[in-house]
Amino acid sequence: MNEDEPFIRFDWIVSNAEEIGQRLGEHVLMVVASVVIGFVISFGLAMVARRYPQTYGSILGVAGTIYAIPSLALFVLLIPLTGLSVTTGIVALVLYTLLILFRNIVTALEGVPPDVIEAANGMGYGAGQRFWRVELPIAMPIIVAGLRIATVTTIGLVTITTFIGLGGLGYLIINSGTRRFFPTSIYVGVLLCVLLAVLADLALLWLQRRLTPWAQAREP
Amino acid sequence: MVAFEHVTKRYGGPDAAPAVDDLSLTIPAGEVCVLVGPSGCGKTTSMKMVNRLIEPSAGRITIGGEDVMSLPAVELRRRIGYVIQQVGLFPHLTIGDNVAVVPRLLRWQASRIRERVDELLEVVGLEPAEYRSRYPTELSGGERQRVGVARALAADPPVMLMDEPFGAVDPIRRDRLQNEFLRLQEQVRKTIIFVTHDVDEAIKMGDRIAILERGGTLAQYDTPAAILANPASEFVERFVGADRGLKRLSLARVRDLELIEAVPVRAGEDRVEVRRRLDRVEELTYALLVDDRDRPLGWIDRHDLAGEGPIDPSAATPGAPTVERETTLRDALSALLGSSVQLGVVVDERDRVLGLVSVDAIGERLRAPVRSADGRLHEVGGPLEAAL
Repeated sequence: MNEDEPFIRFDWIVSNAEEIGQRLGEHVLMVVASVVIGFVISFGLAMVARRYPQTYGSILGVAGTIYAIPSLALFVLLIPLTGLSVTTGIVALVLYTLLILFRNIVTALEGVPPDVIEAANGMGYGAGQRFWRVELPIAMPIIVAGLRIATVTTIGLVTITTFIGLGGLGYLIINSGTRRFFPTSIYVGVLLCVLLAVLADLALLWLQRRLTPWAQAREP
Repeated sequence: MVAFEHVTKRYGGPDAAPAVDDLSLTIPAGEVCVLVGPSGCGKTTSMKMVNRLIEPSAGRITIGGEDVMSLPAVELRRRIGYVIQQVGLFPHLTIGDNVAVVPRLLRWQASRIRERVDELLEVVGLEPAEYRSRYPTELSGGERQRVGVARALAADPPVMLMDEPFGAVDPIRRDRLQNEFLRLQEQVRKTIIFVTHDVDEAIKMGDRIAILERGGTLAQYDTPAAILANPASEFVERFVGADRGLKRLSLARVRDLELIEAVPVRAGEDRVEVRRRLDRVEELTYALLVDDRDRPLGWIDRHDLAGEGPIDPSAATPGAPTVERETTLRDALSALLGSSVQLGVVVDERDRVLGLVSVDAIGERLRAPVRSADGRLHEVGGPLEAAL
């Protein structure tokens, strides 16, 4: 590193704004795609675990094992199947969301008070009506809490995919930053990553409050 | 009308011990039938078989002559009000939306639902404008239970099932909710199956009581007065308690007794004249001193009426216990036992004297034969007493 180099080179940021924006967009897309797909799969798995409770332990075990695999190792395992592609990145990220999302959805649904279920049955809800109109809405705060954790975790993890040629903001941090000893790029990448995580978390928190106004109501 | 016909429920195979064993009983339309008994007697199971939350192993249950198995379970349940101890309000819905649940399931029109919700909140004593948009967590336990009752009444079901509805509130509030509910039932006249383990609650709430024994057999089914006067078995006698005589007294009121004529006197009246009036009432040895508005002041003993001249009000024993026509005999007896004369003055709403009650008259009432639900008169007594 050159001694005369300033701490942050704003001229570089200005002249590379387009690439920074592009990397940011890439990052957001990967996060959204992974969390959405991960949520759909987790929801399906939660339904299976609900219908066949004996499967819960195995599903949780598999999801937990996957979660424990280091990300680089997971890429290595996936490359023979899907190559150095976006698919590999997304598959890996989706796999990492499963543990958090699956466990939260199951816990949330199990947390619906039994007297509420009993009352719903007694008043003549069909099983489907009861699930969609009673159980799911009541489980929503914990489900969204899981989504917040999964989203923030995924925002961090996306940077790793830079090792298979993707990476979003990770490209700025690792490729142009660390490998070329160019700190400005690192700062920009890290700052945007943190900003993105905070904003996503706040947005989901806002969503949760909007979806579940009753959860804020307190005793008189 | 709800009828159980030889209903049996076994959990597990045909060899398992029954939870409900060959239960047959008929609940007339508009009456409250309380199912009561120790835990494990099958009272809740019996109730839940009416709306098929539990399905019977044998026998059948009819509502208005129609077999409950002839309808899809969800449709049946929408026609039966359901109230449970923990209330089970939906935390994610406002009070108004909670009450609207069954009308919505039945696809009523929105305007009709709105009207019905407000009407019901008023019926249970919750101001609609204040409560409609609040959430269950913002309400007290008693308020929640009232919403639970309103929700069960929403689609105006002819039959209601209530599973220990007041079990989770403190005794003072429970008493108030019970009274409110009895007043409400006067208006709505639903056929109600009410489950409790509390025999006092059963006596208070029930037009009829079904006492169940462990193993799910029916020990006795009759009016509260008939069960207390004539327990059918030692089990029933023990279950209703040794104080069943006192419990019977809480079922009757002063207005059910023939009052003894009082001899009211005012200060300054002539002794000879008062003595003459007192002699006409056989069982009485006291005249009652009253003020100029006929309100009781105290007793005057026959001895103090000897001689001639005007009555001296200072000779009166003060503190005649007063009771009203609506006072239960139990409360009346308690008031009488505490006073020296052991006579109670029955007064109207302006405290004017209507007549007298005596401890003897209350005792006599306890010994009179009691009519059971089938219309027959029975002498008072139980198997334990007979054994002594």
